[in-house]
Amino acid sequence: MSSEAGQQHPLGVYYKVWALLFVLSACSYMVDFFEVQGAMRWTLVLLFMVLKAGFIVAIFMHVVWERMALVLTILGPPVALLLLIGLMTIEGNYVAGTRYQYMGHDRDAVALGPDDLHGEEHGEAVEH
Amino acid sequence: MSEAAVNTADSRGIESLVDDWSADKQAYHVPWGKAMMWIFLVSDTFIFTCFLTSYLSVRLSTTQPWPPQSEIFALSFGGDPIPLILIAIMTFILITSSGTMVLAVNYGYRKDKIRTFWLMVVTALFGMSFVGMQAFEWTKLIVEEGVRPWGNPFGAAQFGSVFFMITGFHGLHVSAGVIYLLTIAFKVRAGHYDKKGYEVVEIAGLYWHFVDLVWVFIFAFFYLL
Repeated sequence: MSSEAGQQHPLGVYYKVWALLFVLSACSYMVDFFEVQGAMRWTLVLLFMVLKAGFIVAIFMHVVWERMALVLTILGPPVALLLLIGLMTIEGNYVAGTRYQYMGHDRDAVALGPDDLHGEEHGEAVEH
Repeated sequence: MSEAAVNTADSRGIESLVDDWSADKQAYHVPWGKAMMWIFLVSDTFIFTCFLTSYLSVRLSTTQPWPPQSEIFALSFGGDPIPLILIAIMTFILITSSGTMVLAVNYGYRKDKIRTFWLMVVTALFGMSFVGMQAFEWTKLIVEEGVRPWGNPFGAAQFGSVFFMITGFHGLHVSAGVIYLLTIAFKVRAGHYDKKGYEVVEIAGLYWHFVDLVWVFIFAFFYLL
C-alpha cells in the first residue's frame, strides 16, 4: 500500500539534494564568472545542467521511486526530441554555410557589447 | 486487483512493466490527478524543447554575431558590472523555492496543515520575486539597451525574439504556478483535503519543480552558452 499512500521520504534526502543543487548552480555561474571559454565551457555547463536536471527529476519529482510504467511514460517520449535537436543542428549549420557562401557575410564579425554602445552612461571608461 | 499487482511484483523492474500493461486494468498506480499532471508536463516539455530547438536553429544559421549575453545581463551595484548576476540570483531563488516546495509536500503527507500552508506560501513568494526580477530585467533590456523582438543594437536580430519568447513563456509558467500554489495552499489551510488526502500538494509540487527544471535548461543554453 505504501506507493498508493503517496511519496513520503526522510527529509534528509531532500536537504542533501537541495544543498547539492545550490553547489551545482554556483559551479555553473563560476564558469561564466571566470570566463572559461571553448570546449571546456560547453563541457562544464552541460555537465552541471544535466546533473541539476537529473537530481530535480529523480529526487524532487520522485521519479526514482515511481513504478517503471510511469517512469517510461515520462522519460520515453522526450527521447524523440533528441532526433529533432540533431536534425536542426545539421539544418542550421547547412543554412549558415549557404549564407556565408552566397550572401558574402563576414565570418569574423564580432558582436558589440553594452560598453561599446554607451560606455559613458554606465560610468565606465571604454578601454579595450 | 490493482493492489495485488502493487504488492507482489518488484515495483520498479521490467516485470512490473509487463504486469501493469498486460491486462485490461489500471496501468498507473498513482492518483489520477498525478498521472494527468505528468502527461501535461511531458507535453509541456515538448513545447519548451521546440522553443529551445528553434533558438538553436536560428542561432546556428544567422550570419550576424550573437550578442554577448554575459555583458548584456551584467548588473552593477555601484562598482564594476558583475556579469549575469541578476540571472544567478534568479536561479538561486528558484532552487530555494523548489526546496521549500518539496518540504511542503512532505509535511502535507504528514497532515501538518499549518507547515504545509506556510511552506507553500513561501514558495509562492519566491515565485513572485522571480517574476518581479524578470520584469526588471525586461525593462532594463527594452528601455536601456533597446532590445526589440525584431532587432537590437548588439548583433543578430533573432536574439530579441528568442529572448522574449522563451523567458516570457517561462515567466508565464511561473506566474500561473504562483496562482496555482496559493489556491492549493489556502484550500489546505481550510481543511479541504483532510478526507481526500494530500496528493494535491505533491501534484502542485510536480508542476513547480518542472518550472525550476525548465529554468535549468534556459540558464544553461540561453545565458551561459
